[in-house]
Amino acid sequence: MKPYTIQLMICAGTGCVSNQSFEIKEVLEKEIKKHNLQNEAMVVTTGCNGFCGAGPIMVVQPDGIFYQYLKVTDIPYLVEEHLVKGRPVKKFMYVPPKEEIPIPRMNKIPFFSGQTLVALRNRGMIDPEFIEDYIARGGYRALAKVLTTMSPDEVLKEIKKSGLRGRGGGGFPTGVKWETCKKIPGDRKFVICNADEGDPGAFMDRSIIEGDPHSVIEGMIIGAYAIENVREGYIYVRMEYPLAIKRFNIAVQQAKDNGLLGDNIFDTNFCFDIKVRRGAGAFVCGESTALMASIMGNPGEPRAKYIHTVEKGLYDCPTCLNNVETWANIPQIVLKGADWFTGIGTGDVTHDPWGGSKGTKVFSLAGKVNNTGLVEVPMGITLREIVFNVGGGIRDGKRFKAVQTGGPSGGFIPESLVDLPVDYDELTKVGSMMGSGGMVVLDENNCMVDMAKFFLRFTQDESCGKCVPCREGTKRMYDILYRITKGEGKEEDLDLLEELSNMIVESSLCALGGSAPNPVLTSLKYFREEYLTHVRDKKCPAKVCRELLTFSIDPEKCLENGHGCGVCEKNCPDGAIYGEKKNVHFIDSMKCGKCGVCFDVCKFGAITVE
Amino acid sequence: MSSETQNKAKEISEKWDNNPENIIEMMHDIQDEYKYLPREVIESLSNESNVPVSKILNIATFYNAFSLKPKGKHKICVCMGTPCHTLGAARVAEALERELKIKMGETTPDLKYSLEETRCLSACGLAPVVVIGEDLYGPATVPNIPKLLKKYEKK
Repeated sequence: MKPYTIQLMICAGTGCVSNQSFEIKEVLEKEIKKHNLQNEAMVVTTGCNGFCGAGPIMVVQPDGIFYQYLKVTDIPYLVEEHLVKGRPVKKFMYVPPKEEIPIPRMNKIPFFSGQTLVALRNRGMIDPEFIEDYIARGGYRALAKVLTTMSPDEVLKEIKKSGLRGRGGGGFPTGVKWETCKKIPGDRKFVICNADEGDPGAFMDRSIIEGDPHSVIEGMIIGAYAIENVREGYIYVRMEYPLAIKRFNIAVQQAKDNGLLGDNIFDTNFCFDIKVRRGAGAFVCGESTALMASIMGNPGEPRAKYIHTVEKGLYDCPTCLNNVETWANIPQIVLKGADWFTGIGTGDVTHDPWGGSKGTKVFSLAGKVNNTGLVEVPMGITLREIVFNVGGGIRDGKRFKAVQTGGPSGGFIPESLVDLPVDYDELTKVGSMMGSGGMVVLDENNCMVDMAKFFLRFTQDESCGKCVPCREGTKRMYDILYRITKGEGKEEDLDLLEELSNMIVESSLCALGGSAPNPVLTSLKYFREEYLTHVRDKKCPAKVCRELLTFSIDPEKCLENGHGCGVCEKNCPDGAIYGEKKNVHFIDSMKCGKCGVCFDVCKFGAITVE
Repeated sequence: MSSETQNKAKEISEKWDNNPENIIEMMHDIQDEYKYLPREVIESLSNESNVPVSKILNIATFYNAFSLKPKGKHKICVCMGTPCHTLGAARVAEALERELKIKMGETTPDLKYSLEETRCLSACGLAPVVVIGEDLYGPATVPNIPKLLKKYEKK
């Protein structure tokens, strides 16, 4: 086959697909044919590039020219200019905030250049639906090395030495977990990949699966080999990820077809197979015992872990469960060696597996930040670097307020701690946690009480109901927060919240309840003043808690800028706005339902909120 | 019991080896087919797979994926993930409630639309996100809602 000289790598992650990347692919191919370039230019659909806010994204290789916000209608022009005339098109390139000159090359854009790729090494480089692409980038070489030159003990030793810790959030040393599972006697054991990424605002695992599913499968096969007596593996994917489920199924089938799964892998005695199971929309199933209950066809209720799942897990057999990102790291550690891996990150893990955080971590950066997307950075990097360098700072020039890490189990980290190095132990020290890697940036327009209420509503909804502290405790906490945001809070409520929190943390059955109060505890710790303003002055400084707001119309702006256009009146669902056309309008505060529609529809900024 | 539902239940149960442990996958397939779990299909499935009806109902009410009530032709889901929340998902949800004249979790009387909250869809780059059927939209804004719904009026 004659090699293509140009590859057009179009992103086919969830975000870009919803913005028509497949339609763009069709038009690209049509245009390429029209210009008779089909033997030179090839269109490749890749997994998620991580720069999701600017989709659809396309990278033209080998030069690495980066295009964003593409539309179907732009394609004929783009193909003619770039491919026919050889002139990359500036207007589709990335322009840094507050600047004018575009950055043509992907690897020069700060969002990408600030990253270190290990788990995401193949992102945007391969078509995830073709195993050949993965193999061409060195895929399954680690498996070959393991099966032909290493004993299971040697593999385990290498993983232990690397200091890799569980990327799902707990941070348990992977090597130690494998070793425990290995030591438990039993001739039927399991490995499981936890792809039930339930934390709202976290999309690392989705992107890894959608972009590079084979790296996870390869990791699992290596794990099964090292632990021994493992012939069966499960991948448990949440049902909200239809594309990820599809790609896992394709990848597993291709691995089987190529003799990488099944009996006698690489002509050795080693046999291993993987089944893909869909979740059914329950956050608690990210908890290991609940997940295993779900695989066995039961409601996903956790059990107390006096006996760990490495001893008695799936079907009461020793089971080793790791997160997607953890598995994806394994092949690289095997190929490049533990010493390479420990060269990245913080602390020292030579004698104590908990002694540091090694390697990289993938974070999904979202919320009020300019560059929303997926970032993989070395452990120990500061929050400031992530939010301001990689993330490009806060949207619309607003003031940075806090970062929420770890989803509903994590906490808020205030601006004063923005120089905190990000690793497992540092985040825990300030009351938050690494979690699976969701990082939601908040600005001055976010109310911390409202955010705490949001998370409590989430855990309250998702609490499985088995244990009382979690089921009833989170309900009471939610009620108190709801009262505060309605302006009915009392000062004693803050102490009551803390008391309840500590009780729930101590007495819940599983980690869902055990970490549920974290958002409340950290927001009370760092933003107590904001709570007090709600309770004492009945005001919401961030102007979020609706019951505490009053809407009015600035007569000057309404008349001079908007000429009394009346759009607000037309859109008000409560009929609370009056005024003659071309005259000043006003809001009847008795009727106003405080929905904020007028604020959204007024193009002249005449609606004021106090 | 109609033979059509019986056949469907049989087909799905066989696809999953009639293995009771695969009951959740079977229920997924039924939910995909009918958009909810009709009582008679549950009963047929129970016969085929040897899983008691009580257990199927236990699972159906535990997990968010399943519904025991018919849903509208177009299922509208508002993402309630953190980034969507910080960027105004609640306001978008209210706008949809106003436009469709139903509350969250309800279905319009003509069975055309259902309105639901959904867990984070991990399309956070497009927050706030709304999904109609299989189409994902974002960023969804309050003024855009009527236009968005118009696309589905005739579908």
